[in-house]
Amino acid sequence: MADLGAVRAENLVKEFGDFRAVDGIDLHVRQGEIFGVLGPNGAGKTTMLRMLATLLSIDGGHAEIFGVDVRREPHRIRQLVGVTGQYASVDEDLTARENLWLFARLQGLTGTRAKTIAGELLERFGLQEAADRPLSQFSGGMRRRLDLASSLITRPPLIFLDEPTTGLDPRTRGQMWDTIRELVTDGSTILLTTQYLDEADQLADRVAVIDRGRKVAEDTPDALKTQVGDSTLQLSLADGSDIALAANIVRRLLGEEPVLTPESGRMNIPLPDPNRAADVLIGLREAGLGISSVSVAKPTLDEVFLALTGHGAVDEPQMEAAR
Amino acid sequence: MTTTSTMTETPLTARRVDPSAAVARTTSRSSVREVWVQVLAMAWRALKKMRRKPEQFFDVLIQPLLFTAMFAFIFGGAISGSVSDYLPVLIPGILAQTALTVCMATGVQLREDMDKGVFDRFKSLPIARVAPLAGPMIADLIRYGIASVLTLVTGLAIGYRPGGGVLGCVGGVALTVISGWSLAWIFTWLGTMARSAQSVQGISMMIMFPLTFLSNAFVPAETLPGWLQVFVKVNPVSHVVSAVRDLFNDGAVTAEVGWAVIGCVVVVVIFAPLAVRSYSRKM
Repeated sequence: MADLGAVRAENLVKEFGDFRAVDGIDLHVRQGEIFGVLGPNGAGKTTMLRMLATLLSIDGGHAEIFGVDVRREPHRIRQLVGVTGQYASVDEDLTARENLWLFARLQGLTGTRAKTIAGELLERFGLQEAADRPLSQFSGGMRRRLDLASSLITRPPLIFLDEPTTGLDPRTRGQMWDTIRELVTDGSTILLTTQYLDEADQLADRVAVIDRGRKVAEDTPDALKTQVGDSTLQLSLADGSDIALAANIVRRLLGEEPVLTPESGRMNIPLPDPNRAADVLIGLREAGLGISSVSVAKPTLDEVFLALTGHGAVDEPQMEAAR
Repeated sequence: MTTTSTMTETPLTARRVDPSAAVARTTSRSSVREVWVQVLAMAWRALKKMRRKPEQFFDVLIQPLLFTAMFAFIFGGAISGSVSDYLPVLIPGILAQTALTVCMATGVQLREDMDKGVFDRFKSLPIARVAPLAGPMIADLIRYGIASVLTLVTGLAIGYRPGGGVLGCVGGVALTVISGWSLAWIFTWLGTMARSAQSVQGISMMIMFPLTFLSNAFVPAETLPGWLQVFVKVNPVSHVVSAVRDLFNDGAVTAEVGWAVIGCVVVVVIFAPLAVRSYSRKM
């Protein structure tokens, strides 16, 4: 059971007319991890998620969730997966409490149990005060929280989050990230899509990069970044006038040419091996040169995307066809 | 994993989510009892919406009042010689017409509803596909009830004295409600097929007008040309109208009542599965 994986999809295909929105994607999500699907708008992320959630038919390939066939057993899949969409799927004409109660009843909880769970979820997501107000008075962040709460009523082992923080302000975004991390400590597996590179970096254990309906890479965020290129050692000298001397030491130790910014006493040094950073630091101390700041920077996922696809993470001209 | 599995009882408070236990708990379809609970939950939702948007009761309040009085005084003399002679013919006809109008609203509102984000969630939940369709229709029984009673009361106010007595009237109203509910499946099906609420409205009008006016609802069928009588006689609305007339005016459960009920059953048996199928495909 344990090695079945949470999601196992082979060669998934979705066609809209002549347009292949998803063009042969393999996806293996392990139990208990946060798996990120990264790509620009229109890359096919949402379409893929909706296929796995039984909201769209699968045109080609095969998909299993915890060993259950998605195409043949949609009703079982719906009991295993909680879906939180890009646009809050909650009822605008009901209050937050009524929404949760309705979804709980629909999933077979008794009236009293539904009431208890609705109360617990409202508290957990900080919505008690607004619980009985009409949703028209809700902010975007509150709607998202209610939407996520609605997906957790039966504590599904797999949770799909489609761009969970798109359109949220930075503070609300941070709260959403914390909530997502908590879900994983409860034992749930999370499959999320995002077009924010730092979100994948922050949250995901592993990332698949999707471009034009195809998977162009899959690895940990760190490994992806290392794949693309070397780290950089960034130094600021305590006394900027020492910079020529410092540059000589670097050339002698590493054989690399540093990029200098003499006005601020800063230099960027390409590092073929991050371990060599220590050599530079020791060399500078032995020469009696003081350092005001130091960091080793890895490439950003933006650079990763550029390197993998040959173009930046810009939105595709096609519409997000799944909507 | 040594944690004891108490998940079935208390899913939220259990310590950890256990995928294999969750898989073992899944069922391949909702049981009849589960479906019934789901339909009731959806009916509850529809009732909540009705209470928050009372303007949707406009048609069931205005039409019975306006049309009953208007038709009685305009056509009464021409068709039956006097208003009071026309009322026994007219009231059952108006009832059928009003019920069809409510049916139409059912389809239009379903279509509007389906465009909302919450339907995405309904589709992603393990619920029977019939629940989101049947739920609102149960809530609509209230609308048929209000419309029927109001039509009858208006009739009584302008001088209608049904010969069938209280029992006959109760029977007639009940039959109208049942017929309305059954025919609503046609419009629900249209609602799941059409692209927009407006197109449901348009198509429904095209169905509703021939069905009500090419029937014996307002005029005796014998006054029509022969080719038209053929259609009028097979039109299910004619049978419902005749059956309601028999109940209201004579308090008699005639063969027409039987035909009307059979007609309703046939409509439900054909259009309910069509509607559910078309709804399930729309995803």
